[in-house]
Amino acid sequence: MQAFTTLSSSLLPIDRPNVDTDAIIPKQYLKSIRRSGFGPNLFDDWRYLDPGEPDQSCEGRRLNPEFILNDERYHKAEIVLGRENFGCGSSREHAVWAFQDYGIKALLAPSFADIFFSNCFKNGLLPIVLDQALIDELFAASLADAETSVSIDLDNQIILRDGKQIAHFEVDEFKKHCLLNGLDEIGITLKYADKIKAFEAAQKSSAPWLYSND
Amino acid sequence: MSGLSLYDKLWNAHVVHTQEDATSLIYIDRHLVHEVTSPQAFEGLRLAGRQPWRKASVLAVPDHNVPTTKRDQEIEDPVSRKQLAALDENCSSFDLQKFEMNDIRQGIVHVIGPEQGASLPGMTIVCGDSHTSTHGALAALAFGIGTSEVEHVLATQCLLLKKTNSMRVDLEGELQAGISAKDLVLAVIAEIGTAGGTGYTIEFAGSAIRDLSIEGRMTICNMAIEAGARAGIIGVDERTLEYVAGRPFSPKGAEWEQAKASWCELVSDPDAHFDKVITIDVSALKPQVSWGTSPEMVVAVDALVPDPAEESSDSKAEGMRNALRYMGLEAGQAVKDITIDKVFIGSCTNSRIEDLRAAAVVVQGRQLAENIKLGLIVPGSGLIKQQAEKEGLDKIFKAAGFEWREPGCSMCLGMNADQLEAGERCASTSNRNFEGRQGQGGRTHLLSPAMAAAAGIAGHLADVRDYL
Repeated sequence: MQAFTTLSSSLLPIDRPNVDTDAIIPKQYLKSIRRSGFGPNLFDDWRYLDPGEPDQSCEGRRLNPEFILNDERYHKAEIVLGRENFGCGSSREHAVWAFQDYGIKALLAPSFADIFFSNCFKNGLLPIVLDQALIDELFAASLADAETSVSIDLDNQIILRDGKQIAHFEVDEFKKHCLLNGLDEIGITLKYADKIKAFEAAQKSSAPWLYSND
Repeated sequence: MSGLSLYDKLWNAHVVHTQEDATSLIYIDRHLVHEVTSPQAFEGLRLAGRQPWRKASVLAVPDHNVPTTKRDQEIEDPVSRKQLAALDENCSSFDLQKFEMNDIRQGIVHVIGPEQGASLPGMTIVCGDSHTSTHGALAALAFGIGTSEVEHVLATQCLLLKKTNSMRVDLEGELQAGISAKDLVLAVIAEIGTAGGTGYTIEFAGSAIRDLSIEGRMTICNMAIEAGARAGIIGVDERTLEYVAGRPFSPKGAEWEQAKASWCELVSDPDAHFDKVITIDVSALKPQVSWGTSPEMVVAVDALVPDPAEESSDSKAEGMRNALRYMGLEAGQAVKDITIDKVFIGSCTNSRIEDLRAAAVVVQGRQLAENIKLGLIVPGSGLIKQQAEKEGLDKIFKAAGFEWREPGCSMCLGMNADQLEAGERCASTSNRNFEGRQGQGGRTHLLSPAMAAAAGIAGHLADVRDYL
C-alpha cells in the first residue's frame, strides 16, 4: 500500500447527501476481476448520458454537462468533498478503487458509511470527518472558485487553507500508523500467528462443533 | 458493573488479541465467498504467496452474476462467464468448498448459509457483501467486508476491528394481518434514518421480534445495513434452536447437546448496557412502501408522497426533490395511484419459502394486471425452489402470469440480464432503491412479498389488506 503523509489539492465537490456505492461505481463494472481501470467509470450513470458497458472505451461517450466530473475546472482535484453518509450501501471495494484510479487521494465529509470508510484505509485513501459547518463553508468556496484548495497533514491531523489551520481531525491511531507507513495489515496480523493458533486450540476444546468439517 | 449484551458476548468470545489502542484481532468462524468481491482477494493471496489459513471455514457460491434462465447452457454474457470461471478456478486451486451453479444447494449466499447450517449461533460470519448482516438473526455476529478484508480473512482467519457502539431496537406489539417483517424493518429505517445506525451494532428485540419466524428475523437483520449499522443481531430462543437443528452443517449427537447448551447463553443479560435504546410500537403498523431513492424514504401505503417543502433540513429537502425527479413522482400524490411496470419477488431480503408462500396467498386465483410487463419470482436457493414446487406455489405464480426462475441475486442489483429499463417502475421485495440499482434509470419501490404480489395484481401500488 502507498503511504500517505501530506496532500495539497483543490476540491471535487459532490453536492448530494447519501452518495451510495452503486452510484460511485455501477454494478456492470463489478464483473471485472482486476483492481484497476475503474476510473473512467467513476459515477458512470451521473457522468455519461449513454449507458456504459464493461470493457467499452469511454472516449466518445456523451457527457452529462451538468455533472461536476465533466467540469474541466475540477479535473485536477485529488480531494473529494462530500455530504453526509457518504459511501453508503453495497460493500463493493470497487468504489474505492474507482476513486483511486481516477486520482482521488482523500475525502472530506460530515459522515461516512462504515464499510466504505474502512475500505478507504485499506487502499491508502484517507477519509476525514469534518464538522458540518466547515463542510458547508468548503462547498460554498469550492463551488464559487474551483481553485479553492486545502492541505492535509496526516501526521499532525490538521487541515490548512491558505496556510492557516482550519481544522484538527480525528483518525484512528492504528489506521494512521498504517497509512503513514504504507503498511500491509496482513503482514501485521501474521505476526500474531501463534496467538491465532492458540485461540483455535482453545475454541476447538470449548466449541468442537465449529471444527467438525476441518 | 452492568451485564453483557449479546454483542459483548459474541465479541468477547472471538478476541485473539487486543492492541493498546483497543483495536482487536477478531477470529472469524465462517467465511462466505461469492464471485464478485473475491477475485482480487485471491489475486492478492497469489501475489504474496499466501495460502488460506483455514480452508474448512470457507463456503463459496456463485449468486450475483448467475442467469436465472437457461442454466443448462453456457452463460451468454462473456464478462459474467469470466468472473464465474475465476471463482471456479480460485476455489479449485486453493481447495475450497463451493456449490456449483447447477447444484440444488446453490442460491443467494445469505440464504444458503443459514439453510445449510453453515451459519450457526455464536459464530462470527463475514462475506464480501453488505447484506451479511442477515445471519445475525441466528445470534451470530455477521457483517459485510470489503475485498481487502476478504483477503485478510483468507490469509489470517482474523480481522482487525474496533468494537462498535451498541443499540437496541425494541419492536413491541402484535402485528396486524398482512404486516410482515419487511414492513417492520422499513418502518425502523424510516424512523432512525439510513445513517441512524452508523457506528452501531443493532440488537433487535421486543415482542414483535420474538413472534417472528427465523426467516422473518433474517429479513430484519438483512436490512440493518440499510440503517447504516455494521450488524444486526437477535438473541437465541427456542425458534432459533428449532431452525438450526438437523441442517447439513449443524452439529449432531453429543455435539448438538453441547452446542445447544452454549447457545442458550446467547442473549443479552437483563442489565446489559446499550449506548442507545429505541422503542417502537408496531401494533398499528400499516404496510410500508418506499417512494424515493433511499431506503429511509418510506411511507405507509395509504399515505401521500411527501412534500419537500415540509422538510426543515435544506439538505434533506434537496435530497427529496432529487428523488421525486428521479422517481417521476409528485409531492402529494397518493401512493396507491402509482402505476408499476414490473414486479420482482426475490433477493436475500425476501426470497425464502415463507416469502413465496405469503406472495402466493395473494396471487392465488388472480391474474397479473395487463400493464405489468414482467412479474419475476426468483427463489433464494435451489432447495427453496424445490420446496415451493412441492407445495405447488410455482403453479399458482405461473397461472397468474409470473415467471418462475432459477435462484440468484437477479434483479435486486441487475448484474445479470434481469434488469429494469430506463423509466420502468418496479414493485420490488429487494433492499435498495438507489438510483440505477435495478438498471440504469429504473425506479424501485421497496415492499413486502405480499405487497409486491398485490401490486402485480392491481397494476399499481396497492394495500395487501384488500387482497387477503
